[in-house]
Amino acid sequence: MKTQTINTKQEVAEKTQRISGSEAIVRSLMAEGVDILYGYPGGAIMPVYDELYKFQDKIHHVLTRHEQGAAHAAQGYARISGKVGVAMATSGPGATNLITGIADAQIDSTPLVCITGQVPSHLLGSDAFQETDIVGISTPVTKWNCQVTKSEDIPEAIAKAFYIARSGRPGPVLVDITKDAQFGELDFKYEKCKGVRSYYPVPKTSQASINAAAELINNAKKPMIVWGQGVILGQAEEELKAVIEKAGIPAAWTILGASALPTSHPLNIGMVGMHGNYAPNKLTNECDVLIAIGMRFDDRVTGSLDTYAKQAKIIHFDIDPAEIDKNVKTDVAVLGNSKESLAMLFDALNENTHESWLQEFKNLYTIEFEKVIKNDLHPTKEGLTMGEVLKQINIESKGNAAIVSDVGQHQMIACRYSDFNITKSNITSGGLGTMGFALPAAIGAKMAAPEREVVAIIGDGGYQMNIQELGTIFQQKAAVKIVVLNNEFLGMVRQWQQLFFDKRYASTEMTNPNFVAIAEGYYIKARKVIKREELADAVKEMMTSKESYFLEVCVEKEDNVFPMIPSGASVSDIRLS
Amino acid sequence: MNEEIKSLTISVYTENNIGLLNRISAIFQRRHINIESLTTSQSEIDGVNRFVIVVNVTETNAIKIVKQIEKQVETIKAYCHTDEETIFTESCMFKIKSDLLFDEPQIQNIIKESDSNIVTVNKEFFVLEKSGRRNEIESLRRDLNVFGIMQFVRSGRIAVTKDEMKITEMLSAFNNQ
Repeated sequence: MKTQTINTKQEVAEKTQRISGSEAIVRSLMAEGVDILYGYPGGAIMPVYDELYKFQDKIHHVLTRHEQGAAHAAQGYARISGKVGVAMATSGPGATNLITGIADAQIDSTPLVCITGQVPSHLLGSDAFQETDIVGISTPVTKWNCQVTKSEDIPEAIAKAFYIARSGRPGPVLVDITKDAQFGELDFKYEKCKGVRSYYPVPKTSQASINAAAELINNAKKPMIVWGQGVILGQAEEELKAVIEKAGIPAAWTILGASALPTSHPLNIGMVGMHGNYAPNKLTNECDVLIAIGMRFDDRVTGSLDTYAKQAKIIHFDIDPAEIDKNVKTDVAVLGNSKESLAMLFDALNENTHESWLQEFKNLYTIEFEKVIKNDLHPTKEGLTMGEVLKQINIESKGNAAIVSDVGQHQMIACRYSDFNITKSNITSGGLGTMGFALPAAIGAKMAAPEREVVAIIGDGGYQMNIQELGTIFQQKAAVKIVVLNNEFLGMVRQWQQLFFDKRYASTEMTNPNFVAIAEGYYIKARKVIKREELADAVKEMMTSKESYFLEVCVEKEDNVFPMIPSGASVSDIRLS
Repeated sequence: MNEEIKSLTISVYTENNIGLLNRISAIFQRRHINIESLTTSQSEIDGVNRFVIVVNVTETNAIKIVKQIEKQVETIKAYCHTDEETIFTESCMFKIKSDLLFDEPQIQNIIKESDSNIVTVNKEFFVLEKSGRRNEIESLRRDLNVFGIMQFVRSGRIAVTKDEMKITEMLSAFNNQ
């Protein structure tokens, strides 16, 4: 370890102790406050599992049924709690199976520490059994990674890993530890990492940038905020609300920003992006000042960049300097932590209201309601809609549940129609779009916040990508509520095939198994709903259940999600049908 | 908006850690940008490495790449410069049959005029070394190619900037924390 770090002397071990590398790993995790980790044992990580056995009253290891499940469960844990999620796997296939979860955490800025076992250092590079270059493989999808081959380097590597994962813009890190380093001994002393000399996690917010932003906003006639997950990661929900209310600015959210401000807030104008709400998408191209806060102008948000908010002055708040001008050229960039920068902005803003501008959003909402929302939430046709299932969940949860969605049509419906009163309640795979995310992520979320109601909303496709995690739910008695919205199709792909490929439904129709029987095979209470009359009762039964519960709802097979901005089109060309 | 593609030199100060080269080169690979040359060495500061990377891209893209490089935890600082803002050179070596030195008197003139140095001579071969701009090295290679070259190798560009790069201050700020 050549990198210079700042450490503070504190935590568990005041005096040096001679212990094994594997014990040092477990003690380091405990020193970082880890009480739950998700993983799967195997040859090269066995010494650590032996220590976990000894410390099982202090640190709870959750055996998932696949390492991908472990990574996603750690993500769910991190997303609902704001703490670092921990996943562990053996070398070779164990490590490579973590990769999808790591990539997902990287693009969605989720703090994860992944610990992998590695073959003994004398075998590195020899194509040994279960050897894989996991540091090389994980490099493009980690914030930082390293390989430890000496026992004495373990505490420092883990301290650095936690510091890097959680600081600044969070992200996944991977520490690969050879088996000989686990077996070897060291003088253990744990010092938490407080800084790395080449790493500047939080740029300072300049007062000049705040003044420039405030001047634009104070003079704006049609200002609009689009906030993202940066508000949640920066714990700046209150500051955001204060800014919105003081300046009277209509505010929209990206998919990962959902729940930072309650859905019911009068200035909350809905979701932007491909399947977002009509008004905020359409009016992105009408506003005079666009204030982006902790979001990154993803292509699913902006559509065609050539026609995105060209009329507006752009103010971009972000903690990551690399996001400034990456996709959209900004007029004012405000760097720094959103909690601080928004508090500074608040002080510089004039009190204001924009009633006629807000009315424009309301008018467009009425159009969206008539053309789309009414049919989704109050359908008159025979087939069940995904929207009415979400509406029923809202009724039972009163907007207090954490909704963990997978990827596809049901995800867009879940994000569009869920009521959120509490922050960190929308847990979904935004950037990577990882099918199979929801079931294991819901396990992690429920275990991190057992007091919360956690409802996984999953399609019949994504459910079968990590269906094995039902075993984890059963073994851990994790009271996760699982809703599968079954349309017997890979619905989102089918929708694109219908709209853009002349209805050639190539490999999107699914012949599904008896999902209720499978859930019951794992001793999970299960129910299937086919008719509208049964829905309210079934959702109520699920939500009042003290234990995990599986609910399959057979929905209309060929429903589409609207509004929709066709790929590459302008936000103002958003379609309602 | 067709921005001009330029030859740009990206200088990166980093920690000297295993795997960092991979992390930095991946930033170019991911954007389908060919690296024209890459050199890494000790910098003016003990324990701090310096990468000199030459790419042909637009300045807008170069700035984005520099930010992505700086985002890496073990990067201390990255800069982007045009050719006019740097002093740069490359170096090369030629291995040539010794007989030619005596049989082809013209070779001796080429060596003298090209400002290159003979590193070693033995019965079988001699080795010629030259530092300079790419066009000078290319011109020498063409001249010698007529007589036959046993081996030729050229290094990547190394460059220093005309402006100062304030790395030492950044590092001492860390140490004073």
